[in-house]
Amino acid sequence: MSEYLLILVSTILVNNFVLVQFLGLCPFMGVSNKLETAIGMGAATTFVLTLASVCSYLVYSYILLPFDLAYLKTISFIMVIAVVVGFTEMAIRKTSPLLYRVLGIFLPLITTNCAVLGVALLNIKRDNGFVESILYGFGAAIGFSLVMVLFAAMRERIAVADVPKPFQGSAIAMITAGLMSLAFMGFTGLVSI
Amino acid sequence: MSTALIAIIIAVIVLVVLAAFFGGVLGFAAVRFKVEGNPIVDQINHLLPQTQCGQCSYPGCKPYAEAIANGEKINKCPPGGEGTIQALADLLGVEPEPLDAEHGAEKAVPTVAVIREDECIGCTKCIQACPVDAILGAAKQMHTVIAEECTGCDLCVEPCPVDCIDMVPVAVDKGSWYWQAPTSGVELIATDKQPASTQPNLSDDQRGAA
Repeated sequence: MSEYLLILVSTILVNNFVLVQFLGLCPFMGVSNKLETAIGMGAATTFVLTLASVCSYLVYSYILLPFDLAYLKTISFIMVIAVVVGFTEMAIRKTSPLLYRVLGIFLPLITTNCAVLGVALLNIKRDNGFVESILYGFGAAIGFSLVMVLFAAMRERIAVADVPKPFQGSAIAMITAGLMSLAFMGFTGLVSI
Repeated sequence: MSTALIAIIIAVIVLVVLAAFFGGVLGFAAVRFKVEGNPIVDQINHLLPQTQCGQCSYPGCKPYAEAIANGEKINKCPPGGEGTIQALADLLGVEPEPLDAEHGAEKAVPTVAVIREDECIGCTKCIQACPVDAILGAAKQMHTVIAEECTGCDLCVEPCPVDCIDMVPVAVDKGSWYWQAPTSGVELIATDKQPASTQPNLSDDQRGAA
């Protein structure tokens, strides 16, 4: 039980996928202009990451390993992720056309989010079991969403702040992300995993 | 056959079966989550005033709604006015802009068309112009405007050859009266008043009366 909690704390804070491991920076930068969009994107990525993590584990354990095809894991995981993202895109289009329109191209871009493939591959590398895979994917997604919400809230404030001309736009956003990353380094050593 | 070839064949078969299975899942999802029409366009159209006047340069409110869904600016509807622009801005999450003056100004009061029947010659030009079919009449017969149907779009005034159509303000009764929203710049409460140092140099009597 405590090791599950350890996995969660580690993926959300200590080894945060965006600010410590620097994966998934594209949607992090691209969707964090408004808070509502960031929350929607975080929710979509959480759904995709958890589901993809579980499906990749199942595909690896019950299809690839029995046939001695471990070397096919990269392409199989990409297939799994693409299907899960396609499924999520259709579900969002049906339930909330407004969110679908606002997220735009970034929804199918979750397929290329290296955090998603990263989680799937890291599950294999760390020999995670079924429950651990679920928690690892879920924790990674929660960490991603947390950081996106924090960053979006800050960017909304920066947008109305008195930023010097050369720094306006992406430059100040990158610097802010770097400072946030420095802050998250403070979590190092909180738990050892 | 060599074991390498068998291994390759097994790998290909496994990949194909996986792909087929996932393709099936996506196909099922495509049918299950099918979206009819474009719900965004319907939501936008619901907010537009439905005058079908064409002042936005689109032939009606639905075409303008479709254009907005494709990225058109939201500030082109004079009959909708500020309220519609604000509602569209809230719906789509964009910045509200002031009404685009080249498409006409917002009317102070809603108006409807009235035909002066003494002068009407029965030419049917206004009937052809009306987008909501609010004018009753036929060739060489008297034309009259059905006030409940008229949206006040002004499209019938131009074609009339004898210029017998007036735009009159809608009579305000219990059903159509509404409380005007407070305009900015009006001092409603005591704290709206500017502090004494910024007020113009009035005498004490004038200041007391303000």
